[in-house]
Amino acid sequence: MSIRNGLLALLEDGAMYGYQLRAEFEARTGATWPLNIGQVYTTLGRLERDGLVVPVESGDDDDGYRRYALTPAGRDEVTGWFHTPVARGAPPRDELAIKLALALTVPGVDVNDVVRTQRTSTVRTLQDYTRLKVRADESGDLAWLLVLDSLVFQAEAEIRWLDHCESRLARFADRPSPTRTGARQPAAERIPVRR
Amino acid sequence: MTTSGTDLVLELREVTRVHGGGANAVHALRGVSIQVWAGELVAIMGPSGSGKSTLLTLAGGLDEPSEGAVLVEGRDLGTLSRSELAAVRRRQVGYVFQDFNLIPALTAAENVALPRELDGMSARRARREAVRALAEVDLHDLADRFPEDMSGGQQQRVAIARALIGDRRLVLADEPTGALDSTTGEAVLRLLRARCDAGAGGVLVTHEARHAAWADRVIFLRDGVIVDETGPPAQVESLLGLGAEQ
Repeated sequence: MSIRNGLLALLEDGAMYGYQLRAEFEARTGATWPLNIGQVYTTLGRLERDGLVVPVESGDDDDGYRRYALTPAGRDEVTGWFHTPVARGAPPRDELAIKLALALTVPGVDVNDVVRTQRTSTVRTLQDYTRLKVRADESGDLAWLLVLDSLVFQAEAEIRWLDHCESRLARFADRPSPTRTGARQPAAERIPVRR
Repeated sequence: MTTSGTDLVLELREVTRVHGGGANAVHALRGVSIQVWAGELVAIMGPSGSGKSTLLTLAGGLDEPSEGAVLVEGRDLGTLSRSELAAVRRRQVGYVFQDFNLIPALTAAENVALPRELDGMSARRARREAVRALAEVDLHDLADRFPEDMSGGQQQRVAIARALIGDRRLVLADEPTGALDSTTGEAVLRLLRARCDAGAGGVLVTHEARHAAWADRVIFLRDGVIVDETGPPAQVESLLGLGAEQ
């Protein structure tokens, strides 16, 4: 889980207060995924329970906040995290894919229109990311640049997929009609029949 | 940013281009209107066969529209004589191609100086301008290298220097990052972007969204027709929630 591992990774630099962790996390990932302080303390509590962090003795500040440090087990956890690929697992629910799938079957909806509107909007987002990249490059903020690159490539992938959908739809429209009604046939007919 | 006070560098007015005739007529472009202002980079996106390359050849005066008009810095190309048109192509329009199109027997500086020499400028003066243009694309050290001794990215920078030497304010780029890896390609786009920020008007034809995103406006072409367009830039400060605190 990214917050948990993210906080542990930050503590590699030395003991920190919860509010410091929050600020560092946001600063180092370009404030793309803001954390609320409640999440930080809840996560620290769980990490302490699991023996991955410990409060530093006499580390309280004037307001009574505690500083946390990594335990050896916590350090192992960080190393393990960086050396293990992120699992993709089951695809997360994708509103756009669901919308397109439904647009095919809901009467009165022009799928091509849905594709076109989305593509223009995503290209606009991509333009905005690119402008942010120019700035990040000027300020030499490498961590922020990498996060932006990730957003750029994800947006690009969506646009390529939309282009692909468009040409698939065009090809489909040229075909004789039988398969076209396929989507509306009972599901049983679309599943291989067991004999 | 586009404001009515700046100069119109390129204008396509209701441009149609038909190849062939009768039943075999192919409409490459149908009634396309585009305006490109000084300081602006406009991307044309579309799949192959959408008409984007036709659009670029018309904009550069390399082909004529079947209907409509193409104006470069206010001059209707259709009203010009052959030699006037050639002069516009030489002096006002710069081209950047996917495969760079540098002359292998000439050094970087000679390649860049060539359009100026063809225009009657003395070799010495043309070279001086070329070296300056190469410095603007960070290639001052490589002025005397031949294309084959340069990387793809360096060659494309030479091509951009050549496209913008002199007073030319319209640069037309056809998939300029085609054969380059992603970071080198990005450097080329960054450069193109910078040249437009410095006052040139640019048209970038591409099928890659990541490249088109460097433009101020992206125009979507399908089957010879503009189907959509992104508007002027949003305020990037409002992006990503906390981005403004950066």
